[in-house]
Amino acid sequence: MSDYNFAYLDEQTKRMIRRAILKGLAIPGYQVPFASREMPMPYGWGTGGVQVSAATLTPDDTMKVIDQGADDTTNAVSIRKFFEKTAGVATTEETAEASVIQTRHRIPEEPLREDQILVYQVPIPEPLRFLEPSEVETRKMHSLEEYGLMHVKLYEDISRHGAIATSYAYPVKVEGRYVMDPSPIPKFDNPKMEMAAIQLFGAGREQRIYAVPPYTQVVSLDFDDYPFEATKADAACDLCGAEDSYLDEVIMDDAGGRMFVCSDTDYCCSRRKAGFVGAKGTAFEEDAA
Amino acid sequence: MYVAVKGGERAIDNAHAWLAEERRGSLDVAELSIAQIREQLALAVNRVMAEGSLYDPDLAALAIKQARGDMIEAIFLIRAYRTTLPRFGYSNPIDTADMACDRRISATFKDAPGGQVLGPTFDYTHRLLDFALAAEGEVPEAPQGQARTEPTPHITGFLNREGLIQTEDENDDVPGDLTREPLELPADRALRLQSLTRGDEGFVLGMAYSTQRGYARNHAFVGELRIGKVEVEMDIPELGFAIDIGEIEVTECETVNQFAGSKTEPPQFTRGYGLVFGQSERKSISMALVDRALRWKELGEDNMGAPAQDEEFVLYHSDNIQATGFLEHIKLPHYVDFQSELELIRKLRREAMGEVQEAAE
Amino acid sequence: MNADVLKGGFANAPVDSAHAFRVLMNVMARPGTIEDLAGAVPPAPLSVAAGVLILTLCDPETPVALCGAVDCAAVRDWISFHVGAPVVAPERAMFAVGRWDDLGVLDRFAIGTPEYPDRSATLIVEMETLEAKGATLSGPGIKETATLSLPDVAVFQKNAMLFPLGLDFYFTEGSRVAALPRTTKVVA
Repeated sequence: MSDYNFAYLDEQTKRMIRRAILKGLAIPGYQVPFASREMPMPYGWGTGGVQVSAATLTPDDTMKVIDQGADDTTNAVSIRKFFEKTAGVATTEETAEASVIQTRHRIPEEPLREDQILVYQVPIPEPLRFLEPSEVETRKMHSLEEYGLMHVKLYEDISRHGAIATSYAYPVKVEGRYVMDPSPIPKFDNPKMEMAAIQLFGAGREQRIYAVPPYTQVVSLDFDDYPFEATKADAACDLCGAEDSYLDEVIMDDAGGRMFVCSDTDYCCSRRKAGFVGAKGTAFEEDAA
Repeated sequence: MYVAVKGGERAIDNAHAWLAEERRGSLDVAELSIAQIREQLALAVNRVMAEGSLYDPDLAALAIKQARGDMIEAIFLIRAYRTTLPRFGYSNPIDTADMACDRRISATFKDAPGGQVLGPTFDYTHRLLDFALAAEGEVPEAPQGQARTEPTPHITGFLNREGLIQTEDENDDVPGDLTREPLELPADRALRLQSLTRGDEGFVLGMAYSTQRGYARNHAFVGELRIGKVEVEMDIPELGFAIDIGEIEVTECETVNQFAGSKTEPPQFTRGYGLVFGQSERKSISMALVDRALRWKELGEDNMGAPAQDEEFVLYHSDNIQATGFLEHIKLPHYVDFQSELELIRKLRREAMGEVQEAAE
Repeated sequence: MNADVLKGGFANAPVDSAHAFRVLMNVMARPGTIEDLAGAVPPAPLSVAAGVLILTLCDPETPVALCGAVDCAAVRDWISFHVGAPVVAPERAMFAVGRWDDLGVLDRFAIGTPEYPDRSATLIVEMETLEAKGATLSGPGIKETATLSLPDVAVFQKNAMLFPLGLDFYFTEGSRVAALPRTTKVVA
């Protein structure tokens, strides 16, 4: 790929993205408009995250890419290959080894450190979008800190279902000011957003970048009598036995048989390597797969 | 026994290899050349150039070949390539009054200086499949005429002379560029036009059609439609003057629309404008109608609440590369979000059924 | 044009600027942290850190204000050649560089608008000394508290009151850099 610049993007584009990232860090949770470029992968497939990663990577980085918590889902493989080719960076599947992690829909189970960066792929960055389709209106609402509409929606959920009926992309308020979309992570992951690592969010098609600096207050919206709950399937991983990780449900047969497995494949694998075995698992063997 | 899915990389490589084979098709059939596509599928090439925002017939032809004829995929290839190109500078505005017209028609005047020139149009072909083409029949030679050299002034210019049509403000402001700055609303007309000329032909056509059927109707006459080549000039600071850097084919449509007037201004016709790379008639007429519908505010008209009047709706949804990417992304894995929905719905049902039971007891 | 103008840029722009950005991002995300910038040698009196910062973040799309001693032919020519940023008055600047006293009344810099608080200036303050002692900082990016040798306190308190509007600051001394975004609460 010598025809392309380091990390694919030209320098002027990277500068524009870098400036947006810095303003995003200075105004946590605020969506900074940026002139998203057309990438050689479709909009909606991580172009925002890819642009943010491309502007962030140095040749010394070790990169990890996950989709749904897994390193080997096809889109994660495709994005990882893109950076191997265009930035020549080392890649890894181990969370602890990575300096930059690009993710779609999950936060790794293992707590992230100060020397790590988490880049989220974001489809719809505007938390108010499904309540108010107009960008002109939602921008006004953010400027006036007018979030009544969101509370009304959550309250209507409660009166109708007896609970807040949002299970992923659960809105948060950052540092007491901006209501922010955490990207479509399960609400199980929301409490992890107060972390030591820098979190960057890229929405390519919608041309927005936003950020959460380390140790920033991130509060999931709720009501005193209906407090936020980070939920997961009430089960343990059938492969590694973990009870504290977010689980995927896998259908085993046509008779209702199913098993639960960690969505974070690296977490599951390292537990199995350490000798943990779940109810339906077998002892870990190298190259078992 | 379930094992975490491995081998995503091999699956991708194999899929690509299969795709390449499918693209080529049967080896018993000769491979298409870029020149064949460029010369014989020129309207497809034009569409890819217009919506790809890159005037390069050979690259557009290559993109069509690589995309197996999927136009949006071909446009995507061009867009992704275009964005990596360095910008050496900006050309001067093209002068469509100076166009060497292959086609020039007006629906508003029977004749005008420059004449009505039908040009190479499908308009009056009877849409009967020509089986001679299937048999690779030779094309009969078209009759030759003298090249037209007469000036072909814009039709709206004639109306302008009488003050019958609203004049556009001339200014030297540098127009915005959607590809370099994020779209901000309200958008000025230059940005709207840029968005429309890159917009999906089907979307712009549908929007234009809706105005004809009464959703913000602004009864349009095609004042003029012209297709032909124009020169592209660029100022070279080192030389101190502009030089020709090439020529491009464009289609321009100016509509003459229902007049507006007020207490201070007598009634005047208004305009819609379309300009598209290549011979792209349907697109340029559609563009002019939607442009006109979007101008309601500056022309002091009522907002009828019609989709074609809603700038945010039109501009945010006209780009087929954005639309197709986001639409198709829903086939990517969503196990995690779906799992969280599963848990929630099970919980809500459990609670609801518990309540029903309690009530029964 | 002086031949020195051509010198002092990045030797390998894509890689040098990537490293520099990571430093600039890290210090902005962790107010009070001091790190080193390298890769460029700007003309005096511009510090290495300020020069690297300008090379990394500025281009023809970012008007820059030069305040005080840095507003000299050598710096102007260097910025013009390596960066292409227009040099403008403080009111129009996206970036401004100078010593604290030379930056003057901060009211004249853009603080953003309620709908676009990001349209605010970033100020690069050239310091005599930069050390992790002095005013106490807290807020996003800081686990508990941090300390930094700020040139003032009241000004930064006033700036934080403007949140979400406001200015963001880099402090430079030699090759070292630290940052203070508008979110940081400052106590003397």
